[in-house]
Amino acid sequence: MQKIRKTIVLRLEKFLRNKQPMFLGKSLIFILELIKKKKVSTKEVIDYFLKRIDKYNSKINAYLTVNRTYNSCKLDKIGLPIAVKDNFCTKGIRTTASSKVLENFIPPYESTVTKRLLDASFFILGKTNLDAWAHGSSTETSDFGPTKNPWDLSRSSGGSSGGSAAAVSSYLAPATIGSETAGSIRQPAAWSGVIGLKPTYGRVSRYGLIAMASSLDCPGSITLTTEDAALILKIIAGKDKFDATTANWEVPDYLSELKKRRKFVIGVTEEYLEGVDEEIKEAFYRLIEILKKLGHQIKKIKLLSPKYSISVYTIIQRTEVSSNLARYDGIRYGNDRTFFGIEAKKRIMLGTYVLSYGYYDAYYKKAQKVRTLIIEDFKNVFKEVDIILAPTTPVTALKLGEFEKYPFFGELMDVLAEPAAIAGLCAISFPFGLKKKENLPIGLQLMGRWFEEENILNLTYQIEKETDFLGVIKKGIKNYPD
Amino acid sequence: MSNYQPVIGLEIHLELKTFSKMFCQCAANYFGKEPNTQVCPVCLGFPGALPVPNQKAIEWTILIGKALNCRINSFSKFDRKHYFYPDLPKGYQISQYDEPIAENGKFEIRNSRFEIKKTIRIRRVHLEEDTGKLIHSKNGTLIDFNRSGVPLVEIVTEPDFENSNDVKRFLEELQVLIRYLGVSEADMEKGTMRMEPNISVRKIRITNNNTQNNYWPNYKVEVKNINSFRFVKQAIDYEIKRQIEILNKGKIPIQETRGFDEKKGITYSQRTKEEAANYRYFPEPDIPPLVFTNDYINSIKVPELPYQKIERYISQFKIRFEEAFILTRDKKVAKYFETIISKIRNQIAKLHIKNQNYKQIIANFIVNKKISTQLSVDEFIDKLIDNLKPKEVDKELLIELIDKVLKNNQKTIEDYKKGKTNAIMFLIGQVMKEMKGKAEPKIVREEIERRINKN
Repeated sequence: MQKIRKTIVLRLEKFLRNKQPMFLGKSLIFILELIKKKKVSTKEVIDYFLKRIDKYNSKINAYLTVNRTYNSCKLDKIGLPIAVKDNFCTKGIRTTASSKVLENFIPPYESTVTKRLLDASFFILGKTNLDAWAHGSSTETSDFGPTKNPWDLSRSSGGSSGGSAAAVSSYLAPATIGSETAGSIRQPAAWSGVIGLKPTYGRVSRYGLIAMASSLDCPGSITLTTEDAALILKIIAGKDKFDATTANWEVPDYLSELKKRRKFVIGVTEEYLEGVDEEIKEAFYRLIEILKKLGHQIKKIKLLSPKYSISVYTIIQRTEVSSNLARYDGIRYGNDRTFFGIEAKKRIMLGTYVLSYGYYDAYYKKAQKVRTLIIEDFKNVFKEVDIILAPTTPVTALKLGEFEKYPFFGELMDVLAEPAAIAGLCAISFPFGLKKKENLPIGLQLMGRWFEEENILNLTYQIEKETDFLGVIKKGIKNYPD
Repeated sequence: MSNYQPVIGLEIHLELKTFSKMFCQCAANYFGKEPNTQVCPVCLGFPGALPVPNQKAIEWTILIGKALNCRINSFSKFDRKHYFYPDLPKGYQISQYDEPIAENGKFEIRNSRFEIKKTIRIRRVHLEEDTGKLIHSKNGTLIDFNRSGVPLVEIVTEPDFENSNDVKRFLEELQVLIRYLGVSEADMEKGTMRMEPNISVRKIRITNNNTQNNYWPNYKVEVKNINSFRFVKQAIDYEIKRQIEILNKGKIPIQETRGFDEKKGITYSQRTKEEAANYRYFPEPDIPPLVFTNDYINSIKVPELPYQKIERYISQFKIRFEEAFILTRDKKVAKYFETIISKIRNQIAKLHIKNQNYKQIIANFIVNKKISTQLSVDEFIDKLIDNLKPKEVDKELLIELIDKVLKNNQKTIEDYKKGKTNAIMFLIGQVMKEMKGKAEPKIVREEIERRINKN
């Protein structure tokens, strides 16, 4: 009898295994529909992703912690799977910010972003790798090893949200949450060939997001489709009584906003093409032609060179880092300050120096003044155009180990992402073709006015419908069959 | 001594008695609570936790600023002040640096005749958060974070004090004022009011045309852990003496922070201060700047303050300064007094007073504690009426008792007759005692005088 039952169970499992391929590469919204129509159970969906994580994570190192508590969760919930960058506090799930300092930290509270996701019946599959404290653009500063680029395992998936980007591009999660200070969502999304949305500063609550540079930090999503980005933003955006810097503005229904056929005035600028890889430039010009064909107006604009943003960003970010990391003083959380990696130590020292008596005016105050100029510059440009189009990164994914050659590696890789971050604008990166010889994704980005995420999402959706991002996303997932 | 002049400024900290803490929802009243029971991710400085400012605390800081005649800045902000200490969980204190809520105020110290004796300039009033508390024991040091994040207002005066008496007077008046505003317990012992004087001494230089040539001393000494007004005075007096002794030797006292030993009544060196404190201030990015409209600032009303009440009692109620002063020390007592005055207005006839000022009489009754202010206002009035009623005297009994008293106090009578007129007071007292208070002293006196003079 027992033997028969065992055989039945085995058969059932086999049956389910056979059914699995229908998920591969499917968007969140698609999975949601399957669950709603009772074509699959949430348990099947979660098990599917856990199995894929077991199969591929050791190669890619996208996850630091996998959440296997689903069986003890209530089954009446829908349980849409999502993975979250490991710098969002998740109640009861270890949260490290990829630093040994927080190696054993299990938060007693939930970040607003994850709380809103859980309230919307999401299930957190696990916590994804990042550069330690989000300091970097390659995940190589992670104390738990770098995340490899699913397109080429000898390369970086970008950073700091590298684990979140790689998890989506290898389909170890249908979507993930990342955070951006200056480029940390868009750059890894570009290098990993997926969609990365950085909302306007203040659009999404930072409560429970382990602070890097508080005046810049912004939670966002990494997804396979524009619809998924719209779905997630609708859930996580909006005023939070626990974050005084969140805006009290109404949150539009981003999903229905996508479906409107809108025409935009799109600005392009020479300043953002300086030193950019030829093939990335080609992709950029190719998209301009497509946008014209779609009836949008392309307008040449002048913007301050992004190089100024590097200086401003470096000073403000180091300053705030040195302050935000002061709380890890060895009294709480187990490990003391000797557990900080070399990158964090460098940033603490530079930030401390910049704030020291007599230097404040020369550095920090000056940087804030230039920041104001950059904001004014964007304000003026946005009187003429609705959206700015530019490459996301100057180059495609680099080999692991290359960052050691550059002391300001992150700043250089993020040069095209920094101005929007400094100004607090919303921006989105999406894949647009592959670099031929290396077969690596190229990312382009749209920057929009403050609190006008619906515009950049709408245009990205139009590009998706028209071009399917030149097939990049689907090609990426094909490398990771079930 | 006379050719030296002390220069003293004060830093005063007040814990506000708001319901919740400065940047989170935890209860602010930590007194007597089990350690670490009133804490949350925010006041423990957990990774990712963010401060959200308490509106009431901001409103009350503006109120204090207004009561101290300060300018309320329409733009203000919070800043981070960095230093490492185990009771500071974030590694920085959220405070205010270059743009405090209130600035440039003044506070007048009055003498016992209610004349303005000195005006102390208030440099600034700002808002910050309190730290946790270290508890040292044999087995090591423990941290209680219940106090962490309690709203704390800092008041800084200009160095306008020249002696410890004025400091003490100022602090006493400030305490009364703060309690009037109802924003803090302002209790030195409980630590809800704390203060640190900065003390230095300068030589008075008389120039040729006989004017004082004032200069600022190039050092200052801060004294910490003082928990009563009496000790403030002691500490300042000790410091002035100590510093003058050093100056007399031709040396300059070192710039330092000193503690106060209340048993010995002396100060002792704690740590020498850096040339300039390196707190690495920068604007708190987690809290947007505070912008106050004029309408908002105007909507925060300062209640009638103690000295204004005194003025009104004297001019409107025509009572003496002494009673007016005592009655206005505690807002509750003042209110009690005023309620009696307004309620008794149509019962004056019952008071059996002719040309006397009933307000002064009532004031006397309260000040001399003849009737307890613990009674309800109506009970107080009943008792007052009863007290002022002319006593029904049993004349026969009175005369009998007077005779008895006089018979037993022949010596006193002789003293009186020799001219010690005060001696009669003793006799009156004795009779009153025998009568158990049921007699009018005036009548007793007349009766005694009549009988002594008759003999």
